[in-house]
Amino acid sequence: MKKTILYDSHIALGARMAPFGGYCMPIQYSGIIAEHKATRGAATIFDTCHMGEFRITGRNAVSDLETIVSCPVATVKIGQCRYGFICNENGGVIDDQILYRMAENEFFMVVNAATEERDFEWIHRHLSAATKIENLSAQTAKLDLQGPASAKIMQKLFADRIDGMKYYSWMKNYYKNSEVLTSRTGYTGEIGFEIYCPNELGKTFWDDCLNLGALPAGLGARDTLRLEMGYPLYGHELDENTNAAESGFTRAIATGKKFIGSTAVLDPARKGRLLVGIQLEGRRSARHGDTVLDKNGVAVGTITSGSFSPSLSCAIAFGYVALPASAIGNHVVVRTDRQELAGSTVEVPFYKKATGRMELKAFL
Amino acid sequence: MPTPTSLKYSKTHEWVKVEGTNASVGITGHAQEALGDITFVELPKVGADVKKDNACCVIESVKAASDINAPLSGKVSEVNESLETAPESVNSDPYGAGWIFKLSNVNSSDAAGLMDAKAYDAFLESDQ
Repeated sequence: MKKTILYDSHIALGARMAPFGGYCMPIQYSGIIAEHKATRGAATIFDTCHMGEFRITGRNAVSDLETIVSCPVATVKIGQCRYGFICNENGGVIDDQILYRMAENEFFMVVNAATEERDFEWIHRHLSAATKIENLSAQTAKLDLQGPASAKIMQKLFADRIDGMKYYSWMKNYYKNSEVLTSRTGYTGEIGFEIYCPNELGKTFWDDCLNLGALPAGLGARDTLRLEMGYPLYGHELDENTNAAESGFTRAIATGKKFIGSTAVLDPARKGRLLVGIQLEGRRSARHGDTVLDKNGVAVGTITSGSFSPSLSCAIAFGYVALPASAIGNHVVVRTDRQELAGSTVEVPFYKKATGRMELKAFL
Repeated sequence: MPTPTSLKYSKTHEWVKVEGTNASVGITGHAQEALGDITFVELPKVGADVKKDNACCVIESVKAASDINAPLSGKVSEVNESLETAPESVNSDPYGAGWIFKLSNVNSSDAAGLMDAKAYDAFLESDQ
């Protein structure tokens, strides 16, 4: 199993480790709920070095990427980031990714750890001769600094003012006199940043963040945070066999261009189900694979993710539900292997007080 | 968290305090740590008969659900209702405020098969 550059730090902090995406990763340090609450109320730092990073360059980079990702590419400004899907010909999702426009003909793409090699191979296969893709993952450390208190920590560590960073934008900044890529992005919903730098610098940055009061947080809290925000997790809400349109993330799907899988994704006849948020009445969780029943006891869907929500003190879940049963406000029952849980379909995000899109100045 | 010497322990990480034909039951420090943050405890029904080593209630953490076994046979006489709103006491005080249920009509010969603190600690060492 692979290890990130921070492996020894996690062990020294007493982290509980587990395999994820081919890496030995920290699931929790002080506890999932404590780390979750620290992200919503203070600042936390996550080791996300396992994720993949590619550089795509060339005079045809824009037109090539337009065919490969579901989101519009030409309209991504230099300095901007955009979320989209990489689909296969059937409209299934190979991965979700975020594209950073670095220059006219230069893009930086961030992908999931488990799918990095497959994504690289797929993209490479679909590029025209003039477009180059490089895999930067092995030499790129990535850290997520998240939470309302993260902005002050960022400003202490970086030389240039970060006040002007808009949500989903990137800037190069100077940490210990080295140029580092930073973006105002993340998977928690709070004010937060993703930092990309050479491996050795990543270790120093981690230590500096801890010394400035960021709590180390692991994949357990990362999952409860993203679920509360209604963000999908590849392998749960998104996979190669699920039509991207059924995920409901229509913002990530351009309707005016052809891309690999667009025929299947944009064909309403292929959309038989919809991903819905389900709020359970109590604290008991629904789990991946559980069956969703309508109020008449008829099976209408399957749970893709479920957990206790530390912010809401109840259980929440995502599930794919047959279109006719997918309206918001429907009573449902989730059949787990131990009992039946009452709930209803709700709008996501489940957690409505996230700070992520607010004016950064207020947090500096 | 040190293992209290006044209690007895099962191989499935429950602790028992036996007082005559009554007993109190909870899960050990090791068990709560392995489970992580506990989010829900399904208490057994007062009056229910439970059988030694059979599952009698369920404990859920953020990541998983786990059965709790009755370490002795008996009748459920009382349950810790505070766990309905504060299941986290099982994490913070598993041997005290985090007790889960009490039994009456327990069989003292059942208790003889349980481990003392020293044996439980050795059992934990060997398991790791």
